[in-house]
Amino acid sequence: MSNVPADLKYTASHEWVRYAPDGTATVGVTDHAQEALGDIVFLELPEPGRSLVAEESCGVIESVKAASDIYSPLAGEVLEVNSAVLKAPERVNADAYATWLFKVRPAGEAPALLDAAAYQAAIDEE
Amino acid sequence: MNDTDFPVLHTPLYDAHVAAGARMVAFAGWRMPVNYGSQIEEHHAVRRDAGMFDVSHMLALDLEGLDATRWLRVLLANDVARLARANVPGKALYSCMLNGKGGVIDDLIVYRLGDAHYRIVINAGTAIKDVAWMRPHIATCKTNVVLNERRDLAMIAVQGPNAREKTWKALPQLKEVSEGLTVFSGAQIGDCFVGRTGYTGEDGFELTLPAERATATWNALVAAGVKPCGLGARDTLRLEAGMNLYGQDMDEESSPLDTGLAWTVDFSDPARSFTGRVMLEAHPARQTVLGLVLDDRGVLRSHMPVFAASGEGVITSGSFSPTLGKSIAFARLPLDTGAGERVEVDVRGKRLAAHTVKLPFVRHGKALV
Repeated sequence: MSNVPADLKYTASHEWVRYAPDGTATVGVTDHAQEALGDIVFLELPEPGRSLVAEESCGVIESVKAASDIYSPLAGEVLEVNSAVLKAPERVNADAYATWLFKVRPAGEAPALLDAAAYQAAIDEE
Repeated sequence: MNDTDFPVLHTPLYDAHVAAGARMVAFAGWRMPVNYGSQIEEHHAVRRDAGMFDVSHMLALDLEGLDATRWLRVLLANDVARLARANVPGKALYSCMLNGKGGVIDDLIVYRLGDAHYRIVINAGTAIKDVAWMRPHIATCKTNVVLNERRDLAMIAVQGPNAREKTWKALPQLKEVSEGLTVFSGAQIGDCFVGRTGYTGEDGFELTLPAERATATWNALVAAGVKPCGLGARDTLRLEAGMNLYGQDMDEESSPLDTGLAWTVDFSDPARSFTGRVMLEAHPARQTVLGLVLDDRGVLRSHMPVFAASGEGVITSGSFSPTLGKSIAFARLPLDTGAGERVEVDVRGKRLAAHTVKLPFVRHGKALV
């Protein structure tokens, strides 16, 4: 069964968001997503400085099996990209929640994200 | 989409896969394991040690009768007369079965078990249409041939450099006879047919045995250290080995001459009028198939357009090669394209650099490119 930590927020497109005390958001993909994709071999992530619109396709995650878009859970500016994971994408398979992909300084309205229970319900329905 | 809503078939090993924690997917009407954890680890197990696949979704056919050879020489684009000439009992041949337009109905392996007895193994997704093609063909040719569908059998492919040793450890009764099998031949040993064949580019056996013995055999192989592998690893292994996948690299609309299978079409006997011959002779090859290795970061996939100096082409199969650590693909390209040429591939709107290579990419654990 997939692991859905209670302290994170989620999107229906299988990203997770962790808010830091200073308001910045760290984004990754969920354990359910990595399990469905299988062995991840390639990541393309947004450049730092890029201004993201909520729900915009901003990256690609590819497993041996298939390619899938990464959608930004929120609007804001990309602050930092996890360059270590670009070189070792299999880390997402090893621990999807410890392996962040990029950090965003939120802008505009707070996005409507799912809590853990709502995300669990969404993947149970799939 | 929830594929569990569709009626699906289960192989005799279904419960063993579920118990082993396999991720099950719908494939050609069957529920099959795509992996048991990591597809890449399963791939490496086959390249470096021994892995096994449940291939019971494929269909074994027994063909018996005095006209069996004569009929197969019409049905198949490759010539089964080669098997008798080889003078090796149980010798196998890879062939396409063509329609009248020269398109590929299926690709298959045929073993010659005697002058009047052949075993044929066909793909799962094409099994119904293949038999529907063969039966009226038998009737039309007025041949003395009986075709028997062996859904009572299960098939396990054990592959890798240590596959044979581990098979003998698990199933010692097979050793004496199967030790003598040359590559691409098979023998019936008790209730188990053992073929020294496969779809991975490694040595190994394909075991065909009564369905009720499948689980015990599978478990004995697990105990002997053979790693269960899913369809995911099967696909990257065959891609590295330069082997076509039916429905992806060729189909009823494509000629074997355009899909890298010219070597399987035997024109040598002018008197042999196999189905599709007239069309193949009227339409020589228009394309060549080469391997691609991606030099930029990314992953090549089927249907991506390829731009070579000679003109445009298309990828038919692409993935990530665990052995090379790079993305690889098969591409149909203009006839005058050669190996070692630089090309560009349109990967979701971006032009990425790749180069052409001769197939296969990997054989017997070694990278060839």
